[in-house]
Amino acid sequence: MKHNAETIDEQELKDIALNVRGHIVRMSTDGGCFTGASLSAVDLIVYLYSRFLNINKDNLNHPDRDYLFLSKGHDVPALYGTFAELGLLDKERLNNHLSINDHIYWHPNTHIPGIEFHSGSLGHLPSVAIGVALDLKISGGTNKVVCILGDGELNEGTCWEAVLVANAYKLDNLIFVVDRNQFQANVHTEDLIPLEPLADKFRAFGAAVKRIDGHNFTHLHHAFSAYPFEEGKLNVVIADTVRGKGLPSIEERADRWFCNFTATEIDQLLLELHGHQNTQLTSETLVVR
Amino acid sequence: MTYEELLTETALANEQVIVMTAENRALVRNLPGILGKRFIDTGITEQTMIGASAGLALRGRIPVVHALAAFLTMRAFEFVRTDLGIPNLPVKLSGFIPGLLSDGNGPTHQAIEDIAIMRGIPNVTVFAPADEDDLVKMLPQIWSSAHPAYTRVNTRKTWYNHAPFVLGKAEVIAEGSDITILTYGLLFEQALIAVDILRSEGLSVGLINMRSLKPVDEQAILNACAQSGLVVTLEDHFVTGGLYSIIAEVLLKHQTTARVLPIALNNKWFKPALLPDVLQHEGFTGKQIAEQILGYKTAHQQPEILTPEFSE
Repeated sequence: MKHNAETIDEQELKDIALNVRGHIVRMSTDGGCFTGASLSAVDLIVYLYSRFLNINKDNLNHPDRDYLFLSKGHDVPALYGTFAELGLLDKERLNNHLSINDHIYWHPNTHIPGIEFHSGSLGHLPSVAIGVALDLKISGGTNKVVCILGDGELNEGTCWEAVLVANAYKLDNLIFVVDRNQFQANVHTEDLIPLEPLADKFRAFGAAVKRIDGHNFTHLHHAFSAYPFEEGKLNVVIADTVRGKGLPSIEERADRWFCNFTATEIDQLLLELHGHQNTQLTSETLVVR
Repeated sequence: MTYEELLTETALANEQVIVMTAENRALVRNLPGILGKRFIDTGITEQTMIGASAGLALRGRIPVVHALAAFLTMRAFEFVRTDLGIPNLPVKLSGFIPGLLSDGNGPTHQAIEDIAIMRGIPNVTVFAPADEDDLVKMLPQIWSSAHPAYTRVNTRKTWYNHAPFVLGKAEVIAEGSDITILTYGLLFEQALIAVDILRSEGLSVGLINMRSLKPVDEQAILNACAQSGLVVTLEDHFVTGGLYSIIAEVLLKHQTTARVLPIALNNKWFKPALLPDVLQHEGFTGKQIAEQILGYKTAHQQPEILTPEFSE
C-alpha cells in the first residue's frame, strides 16, 4: 500500500518533536541519559509513530500492528518522550526516570507498553526484526517492520549478517533506518571505523536505499511513502541527522553523548530549545557509560 | 524413530513449528521439501539465526534451531542469553555433535562447556539424552514446554530401552549401596559396561541417567548420595560447570556432603580422532571407567565401540 506523499502537516510534527526534546532534556539530570544520541533520533521516531506506523495505544498487542524495534537502544528517551506525547505512556511516568519503582531506564525494555523488545547490546534487533518479518512472509501478514540502527552500531558484524539474510529471504516488509548522526560513543565514525560510502555498501548487499535529511519531515514523508521501495528488496533509509539536534550548545559534540546536567543547566537548556541563547555548560563532560 | 522423523511429525502436526538451521543440515535433510517456508536456513550465521528465532517466537512460533553445539552455544551465546533468556521465549536449540561426539573435528568443535554456560542463563533449560531412544522420548516434552531449551542432540543407537521421560526427573536405572554412577549423554553406554564390570567384582552398583540437567532431579541426587558409599559423576564435559558442579550445588543447598569421584575432562580439550579411539585415549571406555573406580586393572573385555558416520 502506497501512502499519500502529497501533504504533511509539518508544524504539528514539529510541535510534538519540540515537546519530546523537552522530555529528553528533563531526563538528562539526576543520573542523566544519552542526550545527544537521543536528540538525533527524535524527528525520525516522531514521524514514524505519527504518520507511518500502524501503532497506537489500542492495538499494542494486536497481531496486525506494525513493529518498531529500537536497536540503537540508548536513544530510548526519544521513544519515551514520543510515547508520552502520543498517549501510549502516562507523562507522569517520565518523572520516574531511573527510579527503582519504575522501568524507565537507559535502555528499552518490554515493561513499557509499545516497546516490542529490549535492547542495549548492539547488533541484536536487526535479526529479531528479521524473525518477525519472516513470520509475516510465512503467514501472509502485511504489517511493516522497522528497525532503527545507530551508525556506530554498524561496526557490529551481525548488522551486516542481517542484511545478507534479509536479502536472501527478500524481506521487502522490513525497513532498516540508520540514524546517521556521524558519531559513535566517543568519536566521529569516519575517524574510527569509516562507514562511507554507506548507501553503496547497503546497495551492494542487495538493499533498496534512500538517503534523506532525518530532521526534515517532508523528506521523511516522501521517503517512507515510497515503501516498499523495490519488490523483494530490504528497505534501507539512511537518515542524516545531527547529534544533539535542537540544543546548539551540545550539537555535534563528541563529549555530549551522555549528559547529566545540573538543575540550572536544565532550566537554561529548556529555554535554548525554544531559541534562547546557548547555555553556558559547566557540568562534567565526557561522562561515558 | 529418528530425530528427523520425530521433528517432521511434530512440525506437520503443529503449524507453529518452524525448523531453522545455520546451514547444518545433517539432522534435517528432508525438511526443506516437506515444510517449505517453515524451513529457514539462515546460512552460517548462528547469531542471526538465534535473533531471528526470537522474532519468530514473538509472533507465536516455536522455532527448533540447529547448529553444531559448539557454535550454537558459544558463537551465539550472547544472543541466546539476551534474545531468548531475558524474554523467556520458547525457542528449542538442538546442538549437534556435542561433547565427545565431535570426535575428529578438533578443539574448535568441542562443545564441552555447553552445559555450564547454557544452564547459567535464567529461563534456559538443559537436556542431555543418552542415545537416540532417549532423545526421541525426551523431545516431545522439551519442545512443548514454555521455555527456551538446549538439547545435546545424541543420535547414537544403543540396545537400551529407556523409561518414559518426565521433565525434571532423572532416569534411575538401578540403585546400589557401594557405588552410584551419575551420567548423561553418550557415556551412558559406557556406564552400562562399567556397571557390569563393577558388579562382577562383587560391588552393589547403581546407575542414574541425568537426562534432565536443568531443571535437575535433586531428590535423585540426594538419594544416591545417601545410599551409596561413593558417587561417580561421569560426563564428556569440562569438570567445571557440568554435572560435578551441579551435584556440589545440590549437596551444599541441602547442607550435606558425599564422597564424589568426578570423571570428566579435567581442564583440557580432548585429543581429536575417531570416537572409539577418543574414548580409549581419554579413559572413557566402560572398562577404563570401572578400573578407575576400582583402583586396579581387571581381565574384563571392553566391547567394541561403533564409529559414528560423518555428518555435518
